[in-house]
Amino acid sequence: MPEPVIVAQNLVKKYKDFAAVAGVSFEVAPGESFGLLGPNGAGKSTTMRMVGAVSTRTGGDLRVLGLDPNRHGPEIRSRLGVVPQADNLDTELRVRENLLVYGRYFGLPRAQVARRADELLAFAQLEDKAKAKVDALSGGMKRRLTIARALINDPSILLLDEPTTGLDPQARHILWDRLFRLKEQGTTLLLTTHYMDEAEQLCDRLVVIDKGVIMAEGAPAQLIRTYSSREVLEVRFGSDLNADVAAQIAGMGDRIEVLPDRILIYSENGESELVRIVEAGLTPITSLVRRSSLEDVFLRLTGRTLVE
Amino acid sequence: MTETDLRTDAAASRLLGALYAGNARSVMLRGWQATRSTNWLVVVSGFFEPIFYLLSMGLGLGSLVGTITTESGQDVPYAAFIAPALLAVAAMNGAIYDSTWNVFFKMQFAKLYEGMLSTSLGPLDVALGEISLALLRGALYATGFLVVMQALGLNLSWWALLALPAVLLIAFGFASVGMAVTSFMKTFQQMDWITFLLLPMFLFSATFYPLSVYPQPIQFVIQALPLWHGVELVRGLTTGQVDPGLLWHVLYYLVMILLGLVAATRRLRTLFLD
Repeated sequence: MPEPVIVAQNLVKKYKDFAAVAGVSFEVAPGESFGLLGPNGAGKSTTMRMVGAVSTRTGGDLRVLGLDPNRHGPEIRSRLGVVPQADNLDTELRVRENLLVYGRYFGLPRAQVARRADELLAFAQLEDKAKAKVDALSGGMKRRLTIARALINDPSILLLDEPTTGLDPQARHILWDRLFRLKEQGTTLLLTTHYMDEAEQLCDRLVVIDKGVIMAEGAPAQLIRTYSSREVLEVRFGSDLNADVAAQIAGMGDRIEVLPDRILIYSENGESELVRIVEAGLTPITSLVRRSSLEDVFLRLTGRTLVE
Repeated sequence: MTETDLRTDAAASRLLGALYAGNARSVMLRGWQATRSTNWLVVVSGFFEPIFYLLSMGLGLGSLVGTITTESGQDVPYAAFIAPALLAVAAMNGAIYDSTWNVFFKMQFAKLYEGMLSTSLGPLDVALGEISLALLRGALYATGFLVVMQALGLNLSWWALLALPAVLLIAFGFASVGMAVTSFMKTFQQMDWITFLLLPMFLFSATFYPLSVYPQPIQFVIQALPLWHGVELVRGLTTGQVDPGLLWHVLYYLVMILLGLVAATRRLRTLFLD
């Protein structure tokens, strides 16, 4: 196995008495697409900031590209691309100028930055917006520009913090397509997300984080196999009845989760569970059989849903 | 590694290259480009403000006042007395505007520094770059104002040429302290305090009349404030009353620059590289 580009061992970040990250360990191989999946406040962004060498760890060990971020911040940052959670594009500059100026922050020569900026505008499908004002761009375009900007220094690792949060479905798909291309070209991606579909689409491997600790690690499909059944039956009986019904159907399937608005029955065969429910004389308002997802893995591990 | 090890490691890196990548120029370049495409009008207006003051107070009011006696006992025309003070004030205002409101906006709303500091730039690059831009602007204003002074015959000595570097020193001092102070501000209300403090300093720092009009205790207060040192320094040069005492004013500003830079850099690091 090639030398990992990120190695975190027992990584800790404390703010006074509060531990935002409480002992996290993982490794990312070159060319790999690695995800940190967890709800808001799980410690994903803090972990990203430590890897991005903009936050000093309070404990454990961390190596990024073989270097210690606490000691070699600028050197590491010069080889990273960062896409922050909230857009921080330079609104006083035009679209192409944003790329040019950002490239100069890395101390790169003007001609090289100009060439790269044009390539990246094409990659981000923003060629005809080169002279536009940043504020005039749509949310999806701003995001793409932020990604293009993060690539200006030809980074070894691209860090993406919640890359599609707040985008409409169409814009998300365009963005995923762009990120998938980067992945195909061999760029190492480290991304945080609280969307399971995003994690399933983009991540080769991921860790599920909650309250600053890792709950599970593996490839998306492998995690689903380990922590959930093949299918899930979702039934709704109305908020007042769900709890009563849950008592009556206890024992059906492999496992049952009762959520405020619905009951989830985990099973190898969702249809046959539905038949059993109907045979028991119960009539759900709605029913749905679907395949297990990372959302179910998270629910199993933490007892909570991912997006609340 | 233990926590203490990590802290000493981080402490060591602070002294080494972590704060400065030697690329403050790119931050200046960014400011120049932003000014060129968006707010050049603000820049132009800043140039005329002190000139309007000079014309109205210096020539208008000056015709009633006649001559005025400086600290060193020389009689000079009123316009020649206040012109150097206005020059110092212009340097202060330009530097303060760039290093407070501009910096506040970039820090709180545009998240510009967050972006800069996720590149290989260090906090000192950002602080130096922003301050240098403020200086460049101050230099432009000062040059223009000195030309106007020359045209109106208000430069009484060739020492006036040294007023340009003196003004840059003043601007540097206010810009670095301004940036340091702004980095602690969280709301617009707090920003208004800066304006609230600057106005009386502008009016009372021996700008429009000699310090000797005040009773002794008030004089000490005024002499502790930075603008008075700037006014006296520039006035000494443009009126040609140069003595070694002027070096105290220079020292005052050197200390101000140093304290401001250290504080601004530390603060930027705390805010964005925690």
